[in-house]
Amino acid sequence: MDVGYPVLSVVIFLPIIGGILLAFIGRHLESFIKWGALLVSILTFILSLPLFTNFDKTTHLMQFVERKDWIPQFGIQYYVGVDGISVLFILLSALITILCVLISWNSIKEKVKEFYISLLLIEGAMIGVFASLDFFLFYIFWEAMLIPMYLIIGVWGGPRRVYAAIKFFLYTLIGSVLMLVAIVYLYLKADTFNILELHTLALPYKTQIWLFWALLAAFAVKVPMWPVHTWLPDAHTEAPTAGSVILAAILIKMGAYGFLRFMLPMLPEATKSMAPFLIGLSVIAIIYGGIVCLAQNDLKRLIAYSSVSHMGFVTLGIFALNPQGIEGGILQMINHGIVTGALFLCVGIIYDRTHSRQISDYGGLASIMPVYAGFFMLFTLASIGLPGLNGFIGEFLIILGAFKAKKLTAVLAATGIIIGAGYMLWLYQRIFFNEVNEKIRGLEPMQFKEALTLILLAIFVIWIGIYPNTFLSFMHVSVAHLLDKVHQATPETMVTINSIRGGF
Amino acid sequence: MDWASLIRPLLPEIIMITLALLIIILELFIHRKETIAMFSIATIAITAYFIPDSMGETFGGMFISDGYSIFFKYIFFINLILTVLVSIKYLKIERSEFGEYYVLILFSTVGMMIMASAGDLIVLYLGLELMALSTYVLAGFIRHSTRSNEAALKYFLLGAFSSAIILFGISLIYALSGTTLIYELPEKIEASANATPLLIALIFLIAAFGFKVALVPFHVWTPDVYEGAPTSVTAFMSVGPKAAGFAALGRVFIVGLTPTVIQWQWIFIVLSIATMAVGNIVAIQQRNIKRMLAYSSIAHAGYAMLGIVAYSPEGVSAMMNYLLIYTFMNIGAFAVVIMLRSEEFAGEDLDEYKGFAKKHPFVAAVMLLFMFSLTGIPPTAGFIGKFYLFKALVENNLTWLAVVAVIFSVISAYFYLRVVMYMYMYESEKEVPSLSLSPALGLALFITVVYVIVIGVYPSPLLNFVRVVSL
Repeated sequence: MDVGYPVLSVVIFLPIIGGILLAFIGRHLESFIKWGALLVSILTFILSLPLFTNFDKTTHLMQFVERKDWIPQFGIQYYVGVDGISVLFILLSALITILCVLISWNSIKEKVKEFYISLLLIEGAMIGVFASLDFFLFYIFWEAMLIPMYLIIGVWGGPRRVYAAIKFFLYTLIGSVLMLVAIVYLYLKADTFNILELHTLALPYKTQIWLFWALLAAFAVKVPMWPVHTWLPDAHTEAPTAGSVILAAILIKMGAYGFLRFMLPMLPEATKSMAPFLIGLSVIAIIYGGIVCLAQNDLKRLIAYSSVSHMGFVTLGIFALNPQGIEGGILQMINHGIVTGALFLCVGIIYDRTHSRQISDYGGLASIMPVYAGFFMLFTLASIGLPGLNGFIGEFLIILGAFKAKKLTAVLAATGIIIGAGYMLWLYQRIFFNEVNEKIRGLEPMQFKEALTLILLAIFVIWIGIYPNTFLSFMHVSVAHLLDKVHQATPETMVTINSIRGGF
Repeated sequence: MDWASLIRPLLPEIIMITLALLIIILELFIHRKETIAMFSIATIAITAYFIPDSMGETFGGMFISDGYSIFFKYIFFINLILTVLVSIKYLKIERSEFGEYYVLILFSTVGMMIMASAGDLIVLYLGLELMALSTYVLAGFIRHSTRSNEAALKYFLLGAFSSAIILFGISLIYALSGTTLIYELPEKIEASANATPLLIALIFLIAAFGFKVALVPFHVWTPDVYEGAPTSVTAFMSVGPKAAGFAALGRVFIVGLTPTVIQWQWIFIVLSIATMAVGNIVAIQQRNIKRMLAYSSIAHAGYAMLGIVAYSPEGVSAMMNYLLIYTFMNIGAFAVVIMLRSEEFAGEDLDEYKGFAKKHPFVAAVMLLFMFSLTGIPPTAGFIGKFYLFKALVENNLTWLAVVAVIFSVISAYFYLRVVMYMYMYESEKEVPSLSLSPALGLALFITVVYVIVIGVYPSPLLNFVRVVSL
């Protein structure tokens, strides 16, 4: 497992330091800044590969662990590590950032330097979130990410960007600060910020419920779950392409990751008793998101609402609380990151040419940009969940899990898939078929750089669709361990734990 | 007791006063006012040198130099140095370059130091008056500006009123206990802890201190005075007198009035909630950046108050930590405001920040950092300050209050971020003004930025320090 360098620290801080160094480069050297950012992001990805190749899939223990005292007064440590739940997200973050640099190459023209600095800082913070094993450290990365994201939406976004940016910031912040209070509370109960130690903490049921709500506030907003999803359509729609991709692919996954890393193992009793409620919200999100999609005439907004629906599947899988559901949920997060990220990239490609997101401004695009139409088709089908492509595996596992937990929800969720097929295919029809719209006649065909980003993601779409086990195998042991923890913590064992520990 | 040991705890203050008086005389012969500014910084350097040696108490416990007071004295020194650095160029632009300015700042700082060290209510009052009188003059320092004059007059009238109230409170306490020594108070008032006169005295003291640190509802003077006063003085006032007020408040209430904690704790809880609410919510309305920072400073007093409310050594440490961090981030923000002030340009209206990031990317980035720090977003020092406060609250079973406080800090995000919004997200129709730069301003900015970042990522040494020196 030893790879000769501290993998996690390097992939967290390389982009951060890269971003800071970019600040000292003259702003007229635009192409130098772009190449620098690309180089840093590629290097980060390459250096993160040992996480994939050297990962030990037979243990649930944390790997690539690094641990150092940071603020000893409060027992806060710089403590990072990965297990089967988090490792894939780190790789995904590193990959997606490269694509974001590429896709922004020509579309960002103002304040170029600040844009790439923000992008690299956000990459470091995202990876930090997934790697943190200290709750305080986690919170620092979790919040620090807001600053560059706020700027990306607000400075380089569409016409209503300022509104979208502040809405995004305030929504996320209010959830996060409530989590902060919960973190402080947990620290005072357990005298540690160490997440793994907090996992063994047996709290009384009533306390668990309070903490559950506080953490739910942070994570549900981030996912976003219905009914706190309203920031997402605005942020997605107004953000520049790279911003939308990061939001869709990584940022909103952090909420669901939070459920898995914190709520399930730390508050098992509360999770079990609240699961039906959350499953209910998830089903509403799936169906509501789908129906709202049918009514959209803005391309990006439609994909944004489809995210609400897809994330509903993810939370449904997680709160089914069985291996199929959770593994399906994690895989579906990766899938959604890839597919929705790809769809936003696709939208970005035509938006750069037409500067319109209105679906009605398009039509007959297939005859003008045939290769592009092909890629869009592939991602549309993946999003719907066509067997053989990645979306199918995730949704199938989730519905399997949901069926085991509660039969009715599986039926309802399956309806969501049908609605999904409806709005995606209808969208495809409106944009690519019919008469060629006068407004888009003569658009230039796709460039190689643009195609490159899509090819990369297309490979993953097919890879996961045909042989998901490459990725699922990372999760099995960790997910089983997580579920053991949730289901073991019956009230009886909790009493014994309490008496052993002298009770909290 | 020999003279040396009698004087030693007071030595820094004596030296500082002497040097300040010397500067007044020198000022007659020196025409370059920068030199006077350097003298005032040198005075601080000399005084600071004698500080570590001054530990101890004197005059029968009336004057105490302990870790607690020394920590605050360092805050005052930092406040003074940063203020002087941002003042030099600014006073030139305002055509108010007089040597007295620096002397008054020194006097005011001595007053604060006496307040922090006061072991006796009368000594406290002396320090308070020395500080306040000097600050009144400073607020009206731009003689040809009506706004500045108005600010000074308002501040003076209301300030004099609050001084009278504090004196009345002290006299009531003396009547009940027969002492004015803070450390003797607890046992003397133990028996009469529930007596009505003591309660009245308590309310008088709370009102008067509330005025000094600008707690709602005693805050009404703040926005007008902060807006009208010279910007450099606003920076000075929003930190120094406030910190001095908290220093005295901590000693008087946490030590002296301990037996009545049940009475004052809930009053302070109500006041701090009201302060955070009014400060943060009214700030949203402001379009003048000085006024906005005035309301923000009211809000921050509400946060610092939480440390007192927690009523524990940890709470006091958290309050001290917060005030020090606040000093840097607030003066940093004011330094940027001052940079925007030039001969033909007020630089106070939010609209004037449009397009700022494009023309001055570096200073805009610095301002962005201060705004996020004031909001309390990691990895800045502001977050560490708030985090420590919330921890103290939760520790003392005031979790609900921590929840209230964090919600207000979300509200505050709105107006701090609006500054960022104007700088980065709007383009100006007019020409974006150039900055009035000077090496001193640059240095002040550099110090504050470095501090805000370093404490944000490595707060450990500071946390150690405040824990040791807590009451």
